[in-house]
Amino acid sequence: MATQHSRSAARLMMAPAVVLLLGWMLIPLTMTLYFSFKKYLPMRGGDLGWVGFDNYVRFVTSSAFWPSVMTTLIIVGGVLAITVILGILLAILLNQPMWGQGFVRILVIAPFFVMPTVSALVWKNMFMDPNYGLFAHLWEFFGAEPVQWMSQASLTSIIIIVSWQWLPFATLILLTAIQSLDREQLDAAEMDGAPATKRFAYITLPHLGRAITVVILIQTIFLLSIFAEIFVTTGGAFGTKTLTYLIFQRVLESQNIGLGSAGGVYAIILANIVAIFLMRIVGKNLDA
Amino acid sequence: MARAVTQQRKIANTALAWGIGFLIFFPILWTILTSFKTEAQAIADPPIFLGFDWTLANYEAVLERSNYGRFLWNSIVIAGGSTILGILIAVPAAWSMAFVPGKRTKDILLWMLSTKMLPAVGVLYPIYLLCIQFGVLDSKIALVIILMLINLPIIVWMLYTYFREIPGEILEAARMDGASLREEVLYVLTPMAIPGIASTLLLNFILAWNEAFWTLNLTAAKAAPLTAFIASYSSPEGLFYAKLSAASTMAIAPILILGWFSQKQLVSGLTFGAVK
Repeated sequence: MATQHSRSAARLMMAPAVVLLLGWMLIPLTMTLYFSFKKYLPMRGGDLGWVGFDNYVRFVTSSAFWPSVMTTLIIVGGVLAITVILGILLAILLNQPMWGQGFVRILVIAPFFVMPTVSALVWKNMFMDPNYGLFAHLWEFFGAEPVQWMSQASLTSIIIIVSWQWLPFATLILLTAIQSLDREQLDAAEMDGAPATKRFAYITLPHLGRAITVVILIQTIFLLSIFAEIFVTTGGAFGTKTLTYLIFQRVLESQNIGLGSAGGVYAIILANIVAIFLMRIVGKNLDA
Repeated sequence: MARAVTQQRKIANTALAWGIGFLIFFPILWTILTSFKTEAQAIADPPIFLGFDWTLANYEAVLERSNYGRFLWNSIVIAGGSTILGILIAVPAAWSMAFVPGKRTKDILLWMLSTKMLPAVGVLYPIYLLCIQFGVLDSKIALVIILMLINLPIIVWMLYTYFREIPGEILEAARMDGASLREEVLYVLTPMAIPGIASTLLLNFILAWNEAFWTLNLTAAKAAPLTAFIASYSSPEGLFYAKLSAASTMAIAPILILGWFSQKQLVSGLTFGAVK
């Protein structure tokens, strides 16, 4: 139906966004690839020539690499497990008849709007500080020795902080999905005598399948690159150095650009593996 | 009988949900409460919940730090500028994709989404270097452009989802009634598109306000927004809890309020329409 004229007008209207994003993607990416094949130390001699795949090999064989991969996986896995499981339970609870549902919803989603540096510092100082934090008072109240959260339980601390930030997101999306569930189907199952656990396992959970997948994929993409929460709490110490943080240190702190860029390429590949799955789901939805 | 059970269940649900909601909100509440305490009361043992001498001294102290206003202004300019610039670029694109979809529209949309997946740290040095080359390291303009680019895919997607829901028949009807293109855009399309544009604006302002990778890595004294200002309180060790709380409360309060207004759009906006 659209005429040739409106087609070319449409192309023109799309051009700025497409060109900008293309530039944003290609220029830095090409530069990262370029640097990743060089020995490049801006503070110590500058460009020291091509080194082939040296940086790629050195990045993976450095003693910091595997621990950083493990740390990344533990944080991403821990946060996903907590937010998805608690998110499902909370979504089910919030979907029940109650008074003041809108108000509770407002309370529950609030952490999502708190800037990462604020939530990390508030948790680190006012809750997890071994002398003045609320947790220390709570532990003492029960006669326990206060935990040195940031040094002894550093990964757990980060997982708690990040989970608190992302639980609202998971809950809100799962709640939206649950609200589209056919109530009559559940009522019918209840009348037929299906217990609550069975109704959950055979009706609610399958209905939530897609929303859970979307939550997992989107959160994974954001969680793979969490930065501020580590930057202002442990600064990468006490075993909290994620892949993102390791690359950041190689690039900006030790100014080893070649090595950092090779790490960056690994991070990009990792993120793209997750992204492919997300795009499939979103793409399917576009056809509908 | 059955009614009584439901009533009981409703009471139980309400109590449980309010309890959990309060627990989740507690860190924010505690920050707000602490911001009104004196530094000594803020670290009192046992902790004081409400029975303290309410004071505004911390807010005065934070505001008096000569540079607080500049951090706030930087946040407003960076978040506001990148959002408005993004909307200006995204509206025509989303518009044409929604109303004149071609064979490649879907591919372009998915490709735009894929640029959002690029991990920032993978391109940290190139961007850092480009900023130095163009002399815009630690400048607001650099962050306006970068945050605009990282949020552009979300902006295009959100607008596209909204525009697609505007029925094309209405445009035809207006044309039949003799409306010129200008009138069509001004009196028919714009009023229908404004709610969608407004909620896109809101959500992206929030995302840009809270962005804490580029703002921490590309700014120093001049262009640092509130994310960096708060980060400078990194190690107070019990010394500045009340002031940290006051600064935090001021940094999050406006966004919290905007966020509550945007909660309905949040879901479809952040899942790229995959969950509605």
